[in-house]
Amino acid sequence: MNTKQTDLVVECQKITKTYQQGIIEVHALTDIDFNVQRGEFICLSGPSGSGKSTLLNMIGGLDAPSSGEIFIDGEEIDELDKSELADMRLHKIGFIFQAYNLIPVLTAQENIEMVMQMQGINKADRNRKSLSILKEVGLEGLENRKPPELSGGQQQRVAVARAIVSRPSLVLADEPTANLDSVTANKLIDLMLSMNEQHKTTFIISTHDPMIMQRAKTLVKLHDGKITEVISQE
Amino acid sequence: MTSLPLIIALAWRNLWRNKRRTAVILFAMALGVWAMIVTAAFMRGMALQVLDDTIDNLTGHIQIHNNNYLDDPVIENSFKTNKAIESALQHTDIINWSNRIRVPAVISSERDTSGLVLVGIDPEREADLSFLKSSISEGQYFSGADDKGIIIGKKLAENLETRLGKRVVVITQNTRNEISDRGFRITGIYDTPTEGMETGFVFMTRRSAETLIGVANLSSEIAIITRSLEHVDPVIKALKSDLPDLDIQSWQTIQPFTQLIVEMYGDFQYIWHLIVFLAMSFGIINTLLMTIFERSREFGLFQALGLKPRFILMQVWIESMFMLAIALIIGNLVSWLTVLSTGDGIDVSAFAKGMEMAQLSNIIPFIIISEDLFLANSIVIVLGMLTGLYPAWRASRLVPANAITRV
Repeated sequence: MNTKQTDLVVECQKITKTYQQGIIEVHALTDIDFNVQRGEFICLSGPSGSGKSTLLNMIGGLDAPSSGEIFIDGEEIDELDKSELADMRLHKIGFIFQAYNLIPVLTAQENIEMVMQMQGINKADRNRKSLSILKEVGLEGLENRKPPELSGGQQQRVAVARAIVSRPSLVLADEPTANLDSVTANKLIDLMLSMNEQHKTTFIISTHDPMIMQRAKTLVKLHDGKITEVISQE
Repeated sequence: MTSLPLIIALAWRNLWRNKRRTAVILFAMALGVWAMIVTAAFMRGMALQVLDDTIDNLTGHIQIHNNNYLDDPVIENSFKTNKAIESALQHTDIINWSNRIRVPAVISSERDTSGLVLVGIDPEREADLSFLKSSISEGQYFSGADDKGIIIGKKLAENLETRLGKRVVVITQNTRNEISDRGFRITGIYDTPTEGMETGFVFMTRRSAETLIGVANLSSEIAIITRSLEHVDPVIKALKSDLPDLDIQSWQTIQPFTQLIVEMYGDFQYIWHLIVFLAMSFGIINTLLMTIFERSREFGLFQALGLKPRFILMQVWIESMFMLAIALIIGNLVSWLTVLSTGDGIDVSAFAKGMEMAQLSNIIPFIIISEDLFLANSIVIVLGMLTGLYPAWRASRLVPANAITRV
């Protein structure tokens, strides 16, 4: 296994992803070089089809690049098999998706505890940590509600709580505010920024939302599968 | 295995997520289990009924004959009952035996005549061995060895247009090949489920038969009842050793058709179980594949959160096992209640002719034995476990990036 000592949470080298659609080759990503420092709050922006979600999927090990190398915490992930990738995601990465973030048959608290349970954390610790994080994201008292009994904003808060509860190196969020009204979206961005500040958790967020773009520490613009601009906003 | 309690809980809750669909598939699976067990009970009842009827209808478990009797059942091919035979019949696993004289005869009433088999019996020994005493519908069974009456079948009485108390003439050949005839008063009429029996056999005491034929202490056959079917072969072995000059046969060789029915039942049971399970397995696979299709985003999410593919496989598989277990419990319970509700059996007299051809009574009991229950449940469990693997494998093979974005 190729591992190196580094302060970079994410290191992408010459990432290319090509899909075959019938006889047509679609280049979703072309020669992407992209590094992320620990504690960053990065926003990937660009029009639909620019490659934002594809890049997030590659970094999260949810899909494999056609060529190039990706390192997470110095560990090259394209050398890992499915089981090792699952382990890497379990311990190093938190995910927030646009929708369908929660398991519908589990309560809010169980959804948060699920990741800790897979990590082998004991029941008492799980209970303490999940109640604490629920309080932190403003959902105290709603721990026994199942997803259909929560609003869209509340569901996304549970997803954020689940993503950060076990202190991962990296949180990947794919259009997290896309289904929310502006007030709820703003509160969610506040929450993610506060988690980034308090816990030094690294966030990479793909979005169309100008509010997130404005408030991100670094804005990375993509177009046609290439990074066209990197803007530091700190 | 820290994820195991989680996936068991998820599998159980997911089972009840779409209650209507789960109820429908559980109903279909339980119906399949019910069909397997109840059909097995019916077939087992039918096979055992055939066997009981065969053994009861004069065959017994074992018969002893002169070596030539089965090829040519005439009085000359009889044997003397002696001390050696009586001593051999003292075997501890023999619970009853009866020696009989059987000869072809003609019976004549004042209106009609019929050919049949005349059976001379020892009333005391025969009472507990064959159907006769318990099948008397009019008149009475023989009062003792000196009873001079004759017992005929109900259908034969109808055919001869005669009745209880009337006289009939029985004609047969004696040992000198001369015609021997004698009049007998009908003292009993027997009624059995099979008309062939009623028209084919008439009964008198051994003493009456010996007088008619002009013999003494001769037997055409000795019918034997052992403690159970398992004792038949050892007893035959012992008798063959003790009585090397006589022909000793089991019910299987005397009534090969019965043996065929019993054997066919076993083969049919396997085929039937497999057919039912095949139909059932389509339900299981279809439901689980639908579930996977509907929940593919969820499986993608699980993978994104770090659940290993093998645990996703286990989750879907355990879900199918829960379904299987519930269906088995319901199916077994309903089968048990069904069999219980049939009491002594079901009346199939509407098919009486067909049943008679198969040598069956009109009442078929439902009999559940542990082997049949074990077989039906084992087939469902083993094949169900294998069937559940395919959808589970499909779920574990989903590419997370594709699964999460699937609409």
